[in-house]
Amino acid sequence: MEKKVRFKSGWLPWVLLAPQLAIVLVFFFWPAGQALYQSVLQEDVFGMSREFVGMQNFSRLFNDPLYLESFQTTAVFSVLVAVCGLTLALLLAVMADRVWRAASVYKTLLIWPYAVAPAVAGVLWLFLFASPMGVIAFALRWLGVDWNHLLDSRDAMTLIVVAAVWKQISYNFLFFLAGLQSIPKSLLEAAAIDGAGPWHRFRTIVFPLLSPTTFFLLVINVVYAFFDTFAIIDATTHGGPGKATSILVYKVYYDGFKAMDMGSSAAQSVILMFIVVCLTVVQFRFIERRVQYA
Amino acid sequence: MIERRPALTVLSHLVLLLGVLIVAFPVYVTIVASTQTTAQITQAIPMSLVPGEHMLETYRVALFGGSTESGGRISPAWPMMWVSLVSALLISVGKITISMLSAFAIVYFRFPFRGLVFWMIFITLMLPVEVRIGPTYEVVSNLGMLNSYAGLTVPLMASATATFLFRQFFLTVPDELVEAARMDGASPMRFFWDVLFPLSRTSIAALFVIQFIYGWNQYLWPLLVTTNESMYPVVMGIRRLISGDAYTEWNVVMATAMLAMLPPALVVVLMQKWFVKGLVDSEK
Repeated sequence: MEKKVRFKSGWLPWVLLAPQLAIVLVFFFWPAGQALYQSVLQEDVFGMSREFVGMQNFSRLFNDPLYLESFQTTAVFSVLVAVCGLTLALLLAVMADRVWRAASVYKTLLIWPYAVAPAVAGVLWLFLFASPMGVIAFALRWLGVDWNHLLDSRDAMTLIVVAAVWKQISYNFLFFLAGLQSIPKSLLEAAAIDGAGPWHRFRTIVFPLLSPTTFFLLVINVVYAFFDTFAIIDATTHGGPGKATSILVYKVYYDGFKAMDMGSSAAQSVILMFIVVCLTVVQFRFIERRVQYA
Repeated sequence: MIERRPALTVLSHLVLLLGVLIVAFPVYVTIVASTQTTAQITQAIPMSLVPGEHMLETYRVALFGGSTESGGRISPAWPMMWVSLVSALLISVGKITISMLSAFAIVYFRFPFRGLVFWMIFITLMLPVEVRIGPTYEVVSNLGMLNSYAGLTVPLMASATATFLFRQFFLTVPDELVEAARMDGASPMRFFWDVLFPLSRTSIAALFVIQFIYGWNQYLWPLLVTTNESMYPVVMGIRRLISGDAYTEWNVVMATAMLAMLPPALVVVLMQKWFVKGLVDSEK
């Protein structure tokens, strides 16, 4: 889309663009270039010498069982976060779309966790699951579950999934609600007159018409699970026990800033950038197709 | 309302109430914990879910620091909240300003390399700061921006989300307004200030809410670029309260968590209308 009427000036647009371009060049293109450059270098521990090693950092990564394990952890984590988060939010949004009494109260009470920082969400849930005073840990013990997220990797994974889903529910809820409200009521009324019950209508009309929203949220949630959950993990499990909750972003941070292996960390950054670019391309292709429908 | 189904309506309300309760439960426990003493929290198993009587002293210690009964030293939270507030405001105002100007240039001017510039800004949509922490840290450190507000905020402004929101909005502004302005002999900047800026007020408010929360909730980036305690934002400061030694003053941690949650939650609830609009629009 383009404007037909435009101003003419040789220098003004560049002055207007200067701040953004400066920031983008200095804090985006320079570091991204650095990451590519460092990913083919090997630096010694003291940062005294660097040598060109080509693809060695990458091949070392893909032969490293810990890195492959981190991939697997990230996959499990993001699938769990996306599926649980979307299901719960969809359920709440469908219910909120049905009622009209107190609807805005429910909405307000459901959207505020958006404001909670992931790190704070992590601390809140850590406290609930902490031994011995944590309320949920106590309830679980009472039910006969031996909860210990410090030792049991499955418990640790559950803890970060719960915190991540809780934090993201409001976002998913808002988008599902907006999607539901844009479905023409006449379609649903027509189906009701034809004798379709609520469940049948949901399955055959509402859910298919929501699929653009669902797909969009799926991508957003995967991106969220990949990157924004760093704070949750750092505040609760520190990637442990062992490396059981060390997702890719956590490993980039750990290897680069704790283990001081800049070459490997940069190579991991490059791989992550590649994943994000793929996700974005998938999303944009899909959005283009959605425009054709509209 | 398509048809009357009282049972289903009751079920809907039940599910929603349950959802609201589950969403609110962690925060309720946080409030309760912040009104008890650490001893009360750790000795009762499980901790009591009835608010205690030590609310004022806990919040006083959390805000202004000091030593607790158990002898731990707590550093005050209010300087950290100030750092959070300043950086959240700098990020939101800075991002809105630079992206409004660049969107204006891209939409309303014809100039060489426009396509390239557009593409250069567009590609930054894709890569969050988390994937390039190492190299970005080096750049910031080479520029001597560690432990400064500039280091905390400027790199986080390098994102195209806001530019795209403004671009989309500017494209919907009728061309007749530009024609009229030009006919009256208004310069481009005059048009920007007197026509475009007032029209964009809603978009600005919406973006402000989103970016304020984004700025306030930063964690990984401050963790890297601040080593000086006076530059710690509050979200990051909380973690320091739990990691440290084996003994955690949970009541103070929870009071600090409440203090860290309150400002962004207030912004969301008070500016709900713009927030919802901004969120749903900026992702389109």
